[in-house]
Amino acid sequence: MNRQIARLGMGLLIGYLVLFVQLNRLQFFDAEEYTTHPENSRPLIAEFGAPRGDIRSLEGDVIATSVDIENGPFARQRTYPLGSLFAEVSGAFSFNSGPTGLEAEWDAELRGDRNVLTDGLRELLGGESTTADVELTLSTSLQEAARDALGERPGSVVVLDINTGGALAMWSWPTFDPNPLSDIDTSVAREARQQVLAAEGNPLLPRTFRELYFPGSTFKVVTGSAALEADRATLDDPIFQAVTSYIPPLTTNPLANFADGSCGGPLRDLIRRSCNAGMAQLAVELIGPKPLVETAEGFGFNATPPFDVPGAVASVMPTDFGARIGSVDVEPALLDQFDVPPKPIDLTDNAPALAQAAIGQFDVKATPLQMALVAAAIANDGDVPRPHVVRTVIDSTGSIVHRADEDSWRQAVSPGTAAEMREAMIGVVDSGTAQRVAVEGLLIGAKTGTAQLGKDIESTHAWVIAFAEDPFGGDRVAVAVLVEADPAIGEQTGGRVAGPVAQQVISAWNDVRTDLGAIATPRP
Amino acid sequence: MRSRRNTELALLAVSSAITCGAYALASLGRNASMPANLLPFFAIILGLLLGAHLALRRFAPQADPTILPVVALLNGLGYVFITRLASDIPDAELLPGQQATWTAVGVAAFTATLILVPRIKVLDKYRYLAGIAGIVLLLFPLLPVIGREVNAARIWVRFGPINFQPGEFAKLALAVFMASILAERREVLQHVRMTFGPLSLPQPKFLAPVALAWGVSLLVMVAEKDLGSSLLIFMLVVIMLWLATDQVTYLLLGFGLFLAGGWVASRTFGHVQDRIDVWLDPFSDPDGVGFQPVEATFALAQGGLTGTGPGRGEPYRIPEVETDFIFAAIGEELGLVGSTGVLIAFVALVSAGLRIATRTRDDFGKLLAASLATLIGLQAFIIIGGIIRIMPLTGITLPFVSYGGSSLVSNYVLVALLLRISHDGAMRPDMAPVDEMEPVA
Repeated sequence: MNRQIARLGMGLLIGYLVLFVQLNRLQFFDAEEYTTHPENSRPLIAEFGAPRGDIRSLEGDVIATSVDIENGPFARQRTYPLGSLFAEVSGAFSFNSGPTGLEAEWDAELRGDRNVLTDGLRELLGGESTTADVELTLSTSLQEAARDALGERPGSVVVLDINTGGALAMWSWPTFDPNPLSDIDTSVAREARQQVLAAEGNPLLPRTFRELYFPGSTFKVVTGSAALEADRATLDDPIFQAVTSYIPPLTTNPLANFADGSCGGPLRDLIRRSCNAGMAQLAVELIGPKPLVETAEGFGFNATPPFDVPGAVASVMPTDFGARIGSVDVEPALLDQFDVPPKPIDLTDNAPALAQAAIGQFDVKATPLQMALVAAAIANDGDVPRPHVVRTVIDSTGSIVHRADEDSWRQAVSPGTAAEMREAMIGVVDSGTAQRVAVEGLLIGAKTGTAQLGKDIESTHAWVIAFAEDPFGGDRVAVAVLVEADPAIGEQTGGRVAGPVAQQVISAWNDVRTDLGAIATPRP
Repeated sequence: MRSRRNTELALLAVSSAITCGAYALASLGRNASMPANLLPFFAIILGLLLGAHLALRRFAPQADPTILPVVALLNGLGYVFITRLASDIPDAELLPGQQATWTAVGVAAFTATLILVPRIKVLDKYRYLAGIAGIVLLLFPLLPVIGREVNAARIWVRFGPINFQPGEFAKLALAVFMASILAERREVLQHVRMTFGPLSLPQPKFLAPVALAWGVSLLVMVAEKDLGSSLLIFMLVVIMLWLATDQVTYLLLGFGLFLAGGWVASRTFGHVQDRIDVWLDPFSDPDGVGFQPVEATFALAQGGLTGTGPGRGEPYRIPEVETDFIFAAIGEELGLVGSTGVLIAFVALVSAGLRIATRTRDDFGKLLAASLATLIGLQAFIIIGGIIRIMPLTGITLPFVSYGGSSLVSNYVLVALLLRISHDGAMRPDMAPVDEMEPVA
């Protein structure tokens, strides 16, 4: 029997050799194929529980941080101590759908330079992590002020430091709490995500830089700037007749003033009182399509802003107003006011659309961020700041790996034009439609907007764009407030509805600006 | 021959040192701290092993010195991994304590076996009892009330608070029965034959044991859905027939019968077909039936050459990792080095068993030793081969390593029998009891 036993032993040995060969395949030769296999969630889990840097507000408040977890597959849980306050900028850190917002944009830095092998060792030895922290220009107190001022109304508040382009507040409502979305219990996270996706008003949408609205009368700042830039008007000449409506060429549909009121005067008054008829006439008869489009694009329309939170959308200025079919017949009363009659401007197929575009309707659409940039450019000698929320990124050794680019983004108009429009906007606060925006001790210019959504829709978006300055120089902010149309309320005018929001936010800024300025001063 | 036991003692010291080292490393890896109970742990390990060692010194001093240290290593490694997994698996806090208790019971059963079986020949007398016990044990779980179905397999029996898998003991009883029958009839089986052309078969009445084994294993497969035990028992019977008779026909016949049975079963029973499909392509349903083997593959790949380190992997992702799939956990955290180490340990155990068989003179002891070694070798091969996709996965424990009382205790009894045969075989004729000595001419 010993012969059989020896053979049996040989047989079993061969069997174990086969096991050994297969183990070599699985654990060595083909190991990488499996560790990187699409079905393999191990890398994701390791990633999700890995050390991760903090996101902090201008005041240093922790917006996002990772806390250690005792048990379970994940080593850490991402938490957002301030809840929804910065959610639309910070984004969430979701296992199922990945990071969003700044968590996605600065993922590599937040994660740090990692190595699976040495990290375990470093952790064991209690060593430093290599993660970097992201420090924002956004201020906790101004973000709270924006939240409180807007209340539970769908809308947006943007506050930009004109000197740097750094955003001090980027708030929109409704928003979401990133905590449940980032829960390590994936069923909690999945349910939270389903809830927020099903919720009314799309809370996941950062309205400040991703939603487009008719800018309405706030766009008259652009139209007015186009006229000034093209030397077709000054603040005081020509003087438009007081009318209740204007009938553009090629149509019989009149374009009416707000509430069908009678309104006219020079550009200064058209801006101050927000006259639709006069602005439309100015655009059609004195500016023409090309200069208007160019000026709008100068302010940043039709270009994606160089914003450092992913997903910013370009505001839209239509460029096609049809083929040239002749010259516009300028109203004789208007023409009489020029010493040297201006060159006749092009009449195009779609002159009625141009008239609508001049007052921020037709197909003109803008994000609240873009409209804040318009106000900022007017206060900033025509230069559009480069909008951003990340001030610095600091690695674990304390050295700065990224600092915000504070150079301006583009030039919208000449300093002369900007100075004139600035004067006009100050007039709007002094004695025009934006008197509710005034704050004691600050020099403020603004423009209101009451944007219609369509011919037979009564409800309107309420807008205010503004700049506020320390009259003795230095601190300057630009503000855009948008309160979305509410069918239950009907018409909401910019001055009455958005004005107080802007006023509260600017007032809050005035209270803290000295402190914030001290923090924001770049490190040596 | 005190030196054999001294060798064993030295090897046991190595085994327990490795176990304690792994225990400390696993705790360091998980909590970055030394386990608080390292010293008591070390004392208990040492105490249990010392108990088994002293039992051998007293009752089987001539037995092979390598088997117990290898068993200690496998058992210790298994315990370390069960402890390490218990903190990551829900509701598993009690597993380490239970496994430790079962180890103690196993060592007690080991000692009791050495005492109750002073010479292996004793068992030869209880062949029919063993045969009946084997079949009854196998069929126990099918009884109402006490039989229980867990994870679709009906292999459990409950007596009051104690659950156990009688199949783990049935294989021992069947091995004793077959060894006894075959040792007596091997001459007949070898020579009384009938021929069909080139095929030469024993006469039908001598084929009865094969038929019986085939029937029993099919029943186990179909009624208890326990593919692993079914395969193990059938292969055991076929290999023993071949060992006893040297007729390759038995191997071919057995192989053919099992393939036929397996084919029919796969056509008839969904659970068999599922296993085969998952074996051929686990990624066809990675979130369903393929989840377990796919996660095991990822775990092994993650381990790579040297492993993630004890306590630093994620083996808890694999369902049943503390029992059937514990080998994947070892492969992940100790790498190819560790998994190969486990293979070598089983090869060492099997070789020691077969070496004992070749050195034993009487046919019963020889056959029994060879079959016991084969049982351990096959069982480890079946579960490891299933995990690493050499063959379809059949749920079965990895001897001495997996969590599970029945498996642990029955395998301790198994090695006790093996060591008993070893001791008997090593006794020189002049040392053998007088009544067994051949009369000198």
